[in-house]
Amino acid sequence: MGDRFEYRNVRVDGDSAPIIEGFSARIPADGLTAMVGASGAGKTTLLRLLNRLDDPDSGTVLLDGRDVRSYDVLDLRRRVQFVGQVPVTFPGTVAANVGPEVDMLLARVGLDPELADRDADRLSVGEAQRMCLARALARHPECLLLDEPTSALDSSSKAGIEALVRMLADDGLTVVLVTHDPRQASELADRTVTVGG
Amino acid sequence: MNDLSGRISWADVALALLLVIVAMVISRVRRTGLESDIAVASVRAFAQLLAVGFVLDFVFDGKAALTPVVLAVMVGTATLTSGRRGKRVPGAYLVAAISISAAAGGTLGVLLLLRIVPAVPRAAIPLGSMIISNAMNTTSLVMGRLRDDLAAHRREVEAHLSLGQTSTEAAASWHRRAVRSGMLPIIDQTKVVGLVALPGAMTGMLLAGASASSAIRLQMVVMYMLVGGGAFAALVAGRLTTSRLFTADHQLIRSVRRVAD
Repeated sequence: MGDRFEYRNVRVDGDSAPIIEGFSARIPADGLTAMVGASGAGKTTLLRLLNRLDDPDSGTVLLDGRDVRSYDVLDLRRRVQFVGQVPVTFPGTVAANVGPEVDMLLARVGLDPELADRDADRLSVGEAQRMCLARALARHPECLLLDEPTSALDSSSKAGIEALVRMLADDGLTVVLVTHDPRQASELADRTVTVGG
Repeated sequence: MNDLSGRISWADVALALLLVIVAMVISRVRRTGLESDIAVASVRAFAQLLAVGFVLDFVFDGKAALTPVVLAVMVGTATLTSGRRGKRVPGAYLVAAISISAAAGGTLGVLLLLRIVPAVPRAAIPLGSMIISNAMNTTSLVMGRLRDDLAAHRREVEAHLSLGQTSTEAAASWHRRAVRSGMLPIIDQTKVVGLVALPGAMTGMLLAGASASSAIRLQMVVMYMLVGGGAFAALVAGRLTTSRLFTADHQLIRSVRRVAD
């Protein structure tokens, strides 16, 4: 399989100095790619370029060989789902957050389907993060971008999310995982991209 | 005649200054450090009102064609004030100019078209000034609130965007809150009008010797007009501010995203 994403000589400016400069890398379509690097190296910034929450100040980002800016941005974001560090629940029930396929999706992310009728803001942090993954999967994405998805979790929910993420990659999703944890990268990822240093 | 129109002389104004001096003495004794502010405010009020009185006498005295100019100057001043308040919104001055003009034009237009008030400077200028200053406050509130809320809730906003929603959809709940916050002051004022304080227009008519019943009718028109003008301003300011805080590609602009946590 070819590259899903490619960064070509990307620069992103910060308030005074560039956050990212001259960055190039390829992310294959299959499996799980970890982006590792020290905190402040710009990993999250790079991840956000993939679903165009941000754009580079120079250079290009390609999806399936085409500049990400050439796609309809809303369609791009549906195809390339992003889940952040801290789970964000919307007002209402879990079912309202996830959508019509809630039963199937909750089972897929390892949550009890009985939770569908619970208020989303009453979930534990670990459950909420799984629900956010279910909500992302409800859009039937091709890629999943995960920004430190376990950093807000205790160690048991962390192991659960790691296993789930690995399973999603094995199911054929392109998964890009930003992590500062070298152990997580080496245990989970098929390959790593190092940012900075 | 027991009305005050034409009865206040310059000597009376000078006597009223005694009250300002009392305020300055209190400030000095209580060490609030406001003496110079009080002095500046009093002098400014004197100069500004003197100039306005001169202009209004001139316009009322057969120069009615200048009415739009007077209103435009008021819109301009309100725009500068509101734009400065909302300066963390890119293009705040333009947002303020359009919102305040829309409120003034729309509301005053309805009043004149329906012939609720006569199309004369003596009606259009004072009513216009009330609409404009109210729209100015509403616009400042909406711009400030929306910008601060989107910055404070940027994770939530971006979670919506990441699911493929448009910027309008992603900002909807904060947009609604900002519009509400812009409209609430005038709505609250309308609820308690006459109970907490006799409002300006009505006070003016009573002092000028009008009957209470005609004074309250004018005040009713004024309150309804301000509610309408506030709604206009809040609606336009909310819509324009939202469009300024996102890019055309449904991204939060960087100055909103990169605030310190």
